[in-house]
Amino acid sequence: MKKDIFKIANIKLKSRLIVGTGKYKNFKETAKAIEASGANMVTVAVRRVNIIDKKKPILTDYVDPKKIIFLPNTAGCFNSNEALRTLRLAREMGGWKLVKLEVLGDKKTLYPNMIETLKSTKILVKEGFKVMVYCTDDPLLAKKLEDFGASAIMPLASPIGSGLGLQNKMNISLIIKQCKVPVIVDAGIGTASDATIAMEMGCDGVLINSAIANAKKPIKMASAFKNAVISGRESFLAGRMKKSFFATPSSPTQGLI
Amino acid sequence: MAKIQLNGKKVTIKSKTTIYDILKRFKLNNKKVAIEHNGTIISKSNFKKKYLKNNDKIEVVHFIGGG
Repeated sequence: MKKDIFKIANIKLKSRLIVGTGKYKNFKETAKAIEASGANMVTVAVRRVNIIDKKKPILTDYVDPKKIIFLPNTAGCFNSNEALRTLRLAREMGGWKLVKLEVLGDKKTLYPNMIETLKSTKILVKEGFKVMVYCTDDPLLAKKLEDFGASAIMPLASPIGSGLGLQNKMNISLIIKQCKVPVIVDAGIGTASDATIAMEMGCDGVLINSAIANAKKPIKMASAFKNAVISGRESFLAGRMKKSFFATPSSPTQGLI
Repeated sequence: MAKIQLNGKKVTIKSKTTIYDILKRFKLNNKKVAIEHNGTIISKSNFKKKYLKNNDKIEVVHFIGGG
């Protein structure tokens, strides 16, 4: 059987599950959850160093960027300039070209501002970045992002941190069908079965943060997501049976006594 | 003596202070950080060459947990 290889911008990933590193109780829990999830790519944010409290632990003390791929994001940026500034600093810090762009448009829904997102994608690609782009589930805009050179399309399932799961399967399906670069469902996944459904639909991967970090037992949930993503992918590759409105007996009708 | 803004906080520095000196003072010289000096990113190789002057704005950033 052909090996199922997952690549983003020519980077091979062992897992189709990408996890966020925010919202955890502490860095120890973050590290344990990453391990249990089996993910080898994690998203990270760029923020000011706390210059007053020098002893405060930092993420890289617990998660080694040499072992786990850091995917810098632009969370909290509400326009193109802020996002570009953040990612240029991220590239300077680690030498990473692969980044996650998210330009938000509204504080209440954290919906992506697609006008600023498209503008930023174009500039970043020109500057040599490999850009994974958080976006709305509009197939036309997703296509535009791909045309602009995005390395992965990351439509939301539902608003960030809402846990509402896949709200528009049809649009996500349309994006999957038309996309040549990986499609990764980002934001809104609430529980493991949501991830399985996304993978069964043919998504190339999923990105999870809140659903793991806000679970009662985050490390257990990280493991649940690991299995959910594997199951969904296998199910997609296996190809589901056809649906029918009427029953078909599972046992032979011949030879009935 | 000069006054600079370091991550939004006022800091007094001696004359002929470089970016590297500031990082060392705040024990950040061995950390994975990126520096912006008056809005321009400074590459690591220039940390020891860049002298600071009055009213300069320095931003020191690093990676933190995020989704």
